[in-house]
Amino acid sequence: MSGPPLLEARAATRQLAEGVVLVRDVSLAIQPGEFIAVTGPSGSGKSSLLYLLGLLDRPSRGEVMLEGRDTARLPAAELAGLRLAKLGFVFQFHFLLPEFTALDNVLIPIRRLGRLHGAAARDRAMGLLAAFGLADAWQKLPEQLSGGMRQRCAIARALANDPALILADEPTGNLDSANAAGVFDIFERLTREEGRSIVVVTHDASLARRATRQIRLMDGVVVSDQAQG
Amino acid sequence: MRLLLDLARGMLTRRLRQTLVSVTGIALGVAFFIATAAIMRGFQTYFVTQIIDVSPHITIKDETRRPAAQAAELAHPDGAVLVHGVKPRDRVRGIRNAGQKVAILEAMEGVAAAPVLQAQSLLRYGSRDVSAVLTGLEPERHRRVSNIEKDMIAGRLEDLRRSANGIILGEALAWRLGIGLGDTLSAVAPSGTVLSMKVVGLFRTGIQAVDQGHAFALLKVAQVLADRPNVVNQILVRLADVTQAEPLARQIESRFGDRTESWEEQSANILTVFVIQNAIMFSVTGAILLVAAFGIYNVISTVVIEKTRDIAILKSLGFTEGDIQLLFLVQGIVAGLMGAALGCVLGALMIEGLALVRFGVQTPSGQGQFLLDRDVRVYLLASLFALIAAALASVIPARRASRLDPVQVVRGAA
Repeated sequence: MSGPPLLEARAATRQLAEGVVLVRDVSLAIQPGEFIAVTGPSGSGKSSLLYLLGLLDRPSRGEVMLEGRDTARLPAAELAGLRLAKLGFVFQFHFLLPEFTALDNVLIPIRRLGRLHGAAARDRAMGLLAAFGLADAWQKLPEQLSGGMRQRCAIARALANDPALILADEPTGNLDSANAAGVFDIFERLTREEGRSIVVVTHDASLARRATRQIRLMDGVVVSDQAQG
Repeated sequence: MRLLLDLARGMLTRRLRQTLVSVTGIALGVAFFIATAAIMRGFQTYFVTQIIDVSPHITIKDETRRPAAQAAELAHPDGAVLVHGVKPRDRVRGIRNAGQKVAILEAMEGVAAAPVLQAQSLLRYGSRDVSAVLTGLEPERHRRVSNIEKDMIAGRLEDLRRSANGIILGEALAWRLGIGLGDTLSAVAPSGTVLSMKVVGLFRTGIQAVDQGHAFALLKVAQVLADRPNVVNQILVRLADVTQAEPLARQIESRFGDRTESWEEQSANILTVFVIQNAIMFSVTGAILLVAAFGIYNVISTVVIEKTRDIAILKSLGFTEGDIQLLFLVQGIVAGLMGAALGCVLGALMIEGLALVRFGVQTPSGQGQFLLDRDVRVYLLASLFALIAAALASVIPARRASRLDPVQVVRGAA
């Protein structure tokens, strides 16, 4: 792999105030177009690592560099701005706002960023929904959607501002195998065809094998980091 | 901002019933404030205009506020001088150079002045004695400082000049004496002088104390009766602009040295009552708004707790702490705005309802109904209070929401 990494962790350690170490001395670089699966037993620090990489949390020691820039000491508002413009999140639960339609949910980050307005913003959101087979469901509330549709809508929202990196925390944890495979199909498409990077935390070994690189964690330490398939 | 408003609306409509209850609370507070303010201010404004109407705007008296400085004090302005047993000099009581002072006042723009002599006297008719304040006046001048002419129910002020010793009585005073127009009574001064005076007019101001105990005569006649030739003990002043009364009174006092009271100072007791009334009104309606503010606090707090996940996701999407805080502040302010708007409508309806009320008894002022003040500023003030209360009530939950750590929430949910 070549070129500057999109995101890089350098000896990043996350320790709780009580002394519990969640992530210890993790160094890794994410290149554009990579599809990385993070696996490991529960409690191994997979999610904590993801929050560090996603700038939701700060390392206690070490650095997290986004596009070559250290983020550990940036003010909270600036981190929020970076998340808004450059990163997309997908969680185990869809976390769609229940009062808003599928379309409005996808529009929220677009409107917050404010780069697109009016019809342009709406076209972008509708395009994303259509890409994930939700073209006819745009005016439905989350509770009117099936589990798979909700998660696809959440992915559409994560892609709203055209991020280079998508971070997914057990995105298939609440889905049946068909829907779970569908989500990974989407992830493959996003990396191969659109050149985005994806980091997905999962404990499903068969799904993890579909990634181009697998990182195994144990007790907050990287025990293996291999390119695959 | 539009986005935040949309999000706020979504969250509020989720708890529609609770929101409506606290909005109604705010509305009631605002409405009661507006209605009580209308009654109180209506009454107070009426009362103040009555005072301004009936009494002179400024009264100059033949007194000084402080005894004149003693020679020893003048000689040692910085010394610790204490003089015991100072008695006022035995001089003719009255305002000195009254004619000159009236002329100076009259020369000012928008000022009318009239000299009077007020003295206690005993009015005797047949076997009845009634004590009264007899005011000696000059009709031509007095007309310009007083509205007494408006209150005349028989005769006119100039009629005092038509007979040798004319007197004008309050209606109630005439009843107490059992005397009528054209009859002659005896007036007895404390000095012992007795004058026969003919009733040439009657007045009714509606103020009992005045109607029962006041009488008017010519200044010259009053001076003869009191045995105080050429003495004037009050100068009454009326202004084109009433609001200038207090500053002008201070100016006059510092120039002439005579004790000078504005109508505000003379009516200080009643104006103090108004201040207390207003304080009570503000505290009662303030209490209503406070309770309503707790309602808003409750709603916003509930929304914050219920919306923990939504707050976390918004933050992970890239909303800043400021955004989240604003989002919940906006909800409080929207609730406050709705309450204020509803309260203004309700308050206006209450005022119109009160306007329909008729009392069984006739009040002395001749009004059988509430005197209502429909000032727009009251609505604005009440709405402002409501908004501030609502904003303050939502600050605490809004701050709590903004400090929420999305990692904690997401981890807890997963």
